[in-house]
Amino acid sequence: MDPYIAWFLLLAPLASAIAILLHLYRLPAMAMFASVGSASLCFVIAIFVALGYVHPPDAWTWISLPGTTGHGGMEIEIGMIFDPLSKAMLLVVTGVGLLVHIFSIGYMANDPGRGRFFGGLSIFMFSMTGIVLATNLIELFFFWEGVGLSSYLLIGFWFTKESAAAAANKAFVCNRLADFGFMIGILTYWIMLGTVSIKPADLAGTYNAINLPQVESTLTPAQIAANPGPAIAVRPSGGIGTSPLLITIMVLGLFAGCVGKSAMFPLHVWLPDAMEGPTPVSALIHAATMVAAGVYMLCRVYPLLLLSDAGMFFIASIGCITAFFAALVAIQQNDIKRILAYSTLSQLGYMVMAVGCGGPDAAMFHLTTHAFFKALLFLAAGSVIHALHEEQDIWKMGGLWQKIPLTSATFGIGMLALIGFPGFAGFFSKDYLLSACYDYSPIFYWVGVITAALTAFYMTRLVVVAFFGPARSDAARHPHESPRNMTIPLILLAILSVVGGWPLLGIKAYFHAWSVPLLQAVIAVPEPNAFLEMILPSTFVLFSVGLAVVVYWGQERDPLPDTVLAHKFYVDEIYNRFLVAVQQMVANILSWIDGWILDGLILRGSAYLCVGVGELLRLFQTGSLQTYAFLFSLGSILLIYFTLFSH
Amino acid sequence: MGTNHLTMEITLNHYLAVGAILFVIGLIGVITRRNLIIIYMSLEMMLQAANLTLVAFSRFNGHLDGQVFVFFVITVAAAEVAVGLALIVALYRLRQTTQVQDLTTLKF
Amino acid sequence: MNALFFWFFSVAMIICGLAVILNRNAVASAICFAFTIFYMSGLFVMLSAFFLAAVQILVTAGAVMVLFLFIIMLLDVDASEKIPRQRVWMAASLVLGLGFIYLVARTLNEMPEGAVGINSAPEPAYFSQQQAATEANRHPGATPGFLTDLDDDTHRIGRLLFATKVGPNETTYVAPFEITSLLILVATIGVIVLCKQDEPRRPEPGEEIIHEAPPVDPKKETTLTR
Repeated sequence: MDPYIAWFLLLAPLASAIAILLHLYRLPAMAMFASVGSASLCFVIAIFVALGYVHPPDAWTWISLPGTTGHGGMEIEIGMIFDPLSKAMLLVVTGVGLLVHIFSIGYMANDPGRGRFFGGLSIFMFSMTGIVLATNLIELFFFWEGVGLSSYLLIGFWFTKESAAAAANKAFVCNRLADFGFMIGILTYWIMLGTVSIKPADLAGTYNAINLPQVESTLTPAQIAANPGPAIAVRPSGGIGTSPLLITIMVLGLFAGCVGKSAMFPLHVWLPDAMEGPTPVSALIHAATMVAAGVYMLCRVYPLLLLSDAGMFFIASIGCITAFFAALVAIQQNDIKRILAYSTLSQLGYMVMAVGCGGPDAAMFHLTTHAFFKALLFLAAGSVIHALHEEQDIWKMGGLWQKIPLTSATFGIGMLALIGFPGFAGFFSKDYLLSACYDYSPIFYWVGVITAALTAFYMTRLVVVAFFGPARSDAARHPHESPRNMTIPLILLAILSVVGGWPLLGIKAYFHAWSVPLLQAVIAVPEPNAFLEMILPSTFVLFSVGLAVVVYWGQERDPLPDTVLAHKFYVDEIYNRFLVAVQQMVANILSWIDGWILDGLILRGSAYLCVGVGELLRLFQTGSLQTYAFLFSLGSILLIYFTLFSH
Repeated sequence: MGTNHLTMEITLNHYLAVGAILFVIGLIGVITRRNLIIIYMSLEMMLQAANLTLVAFSRFNGHLDGQVFVFFVITVAAAEVAVGLALIVALYRLRQTTQVQDLTTLKF
Repeated sequence: MNALFFWFFSVAMIICGLAVILNRNAVASAICFAFTIFYMSGLFVMLSAFFLAAVQILVTAGAVMVLFLFIIMLLDVDASEKIPRQRVWMAASLVLGLGFIYLVARTLNEMPEGAVGINSAPEPAYFSQQQAATEANRHPGATPGFLTDLDDDTHRIGRLLFATKVGPNETTYVAPFEITSLLILVATIGVIVLCKQDEPRRPEPGEEIIHEAPPVDPKKETTLTR
């Protein structure tokens, strides 16, 4: 098949976005058609790509900077990588994206601004596909900002609501902060190696170029020649060379990008607030795909991360902290979407922890299954909210399973998959992930297991309170089931949430095969351990499910006392306090500089200078013809004099 | 001396000097006089001074191109006088004056 | 003789020029200007530019000066400037003039070529040999001296102005001449536009006025033009 077809992965959503931006936002039906159409086209192409019918097209050189002597220039291209990693991610992004698009048709049916909404979705699809396919960090960064933009636009979709506008700003600012670090990481990479390419071969070459001296010391030349593998690639030329400090800076910088986009611990505050956006957006962007982009990026540059042990440990720690912390907070949240948001945080923490622990395949496996069941949970929650006329407090729900059985059933499946109930997708991925962590350090494993138990606890709480027991409000007594175009995506996602992890489907084996060449260099492939992988976590999970049922069954209000958990550990408050103090100080200084130096000295100073010179020159403008004639003649005479006699 | 002057050979420089003197007289007129019409006349005089030097150069070089140039100058000067005087008339209608000290609207 | 005439014409011309700018009476100034032009024509004759001398008298002293006089009379400018002369400006312009004279004098001093007697230069030879041959071919059977008959300066200038075919190294002035005619046309139109006064249109005989034109508000016009 013609490789140029692959360009439509980017062009179709882009065209849709531009069309909607320019005109179609006034015609919601047409906008919907364009957006869903482009998403479908992407999905079809993604299938062809995954089946190997399409080869990557020739890269298009976007920016070409000439080099100087001794330093290479920089060629930045817009290209595509089709390797196992990107193919799988592409399928996830376009597949979940398509389902969410379809769900949105029903969910947003009565919103007058839905043309704009679908425009935002198209921008997102364009950028997200670009991230997945990017061949170099600059291209990746470009699309990285693109998803940030679409996220901002869609969180603030109901911008008349003050909280939504504030949430959009918060998300944007947090991402900007993190992207600053990301940029430092990218630049360090470029300075060190003179390239920004993240093609697998180049990364392997980089890895080997730095590690080869050690390898050479242990291997004979014959052995090296006999095992070229993916490793013996040409080392990228240019750059100032590496040093351990620079490598660590680079790894931490790249991870900073992930911290922002995947909402890791210090910058996690934007993600729960991002739930102000429409629910399909929460499902697609803030649960299934965009926030997973950070994890995907880490997996993509995994050979680079391996170069820094400290960096790896830091990544694992941050992931672990986030996972545990978010699971704790989720226990006492009451907003259905916020619970899911903290659950997302927790699961992302898992994935990042897995990357840091040397299990990128486990991270990607969990990312995939998580995309299925978290999208399902959010869409089902959206269906519930839709059914209850925008009611999001779980303590005002209750008894829903009889009235909206389909939504309830799919939500239940999603919940079981999330908590890792044996047989569901999450069971396989989460437990594989935990065992990968055990190989790195048992501490991470145990924290992960406790987090899994907490997850089971709060998800059971959510289901028990919202779907069982007495109905606690009028809206909850008269819900209505959602239309079919909303339930069909739910059913499809529910099926995927069940079977996604089955060994029969081979997703795990697929990612494992991808990661083997990456892992071989560092650590041995983990031995399967049935006890650690399955039995122990499952016991914890089942126990906490039972505990939650006992605690919450039939309760009218939250039986647990109001604790620090309900206030999310006061992180927002601390930030506010801290920011208010520091920011006020900086603002005062800046205000002084602005008022006195910029405005006073530079702006007004130059203005007064001009006025003064003008006043001076005004003296010559007497309006008298004689003066003009005199000055003119004087000028001519001087001119003649200096022309003829001055040399 | 006087006899000497009357019989001496007249050179190009003589003509040029006379042209320059006439030119300066016109210039002084332009600057000192206040009546627009007189100023205009002085300007004409400056043009004629330039004509004189052109004709002198033409004779000196043995080319007729200078004279053709003078011909054009005369033509253009005539057209210019017509337009300029029309302007003065229009101005007079508006302001009832042709004195330059009354025309200082260019002053800022 | 030549020197005598030169001194006479130039001294008289300069005196008349001074009279133009020193006279307080505009009419007198104009008359003096006409005399300046007459004397300048005399200098032209001295320089063998007979045609230009005639043109100068006809156009400048005749047409242009009449135009000046006409405007002076028309506007009924006060015959003399009542205001006292401005001594500051006179001094300033005198300094300027002296500066200019100094420049010219210094230039002439450094130009030895100009010190050669002007009449010692050959009379401008109009025909090149090639052109003479061409002209001779064009008039077969003409008397041998006919070329010199054609060789006065009026003929020559006429040829320069109107000839469309000349030798390869010579210029012709047909195009500038035509453009000058365009310039005069534009000047004519401009003068008409400038001097035309907007008057209410008079009804033609037999035509009935349907609408009264709105009365012109003189105040409005003044404010606009100021």
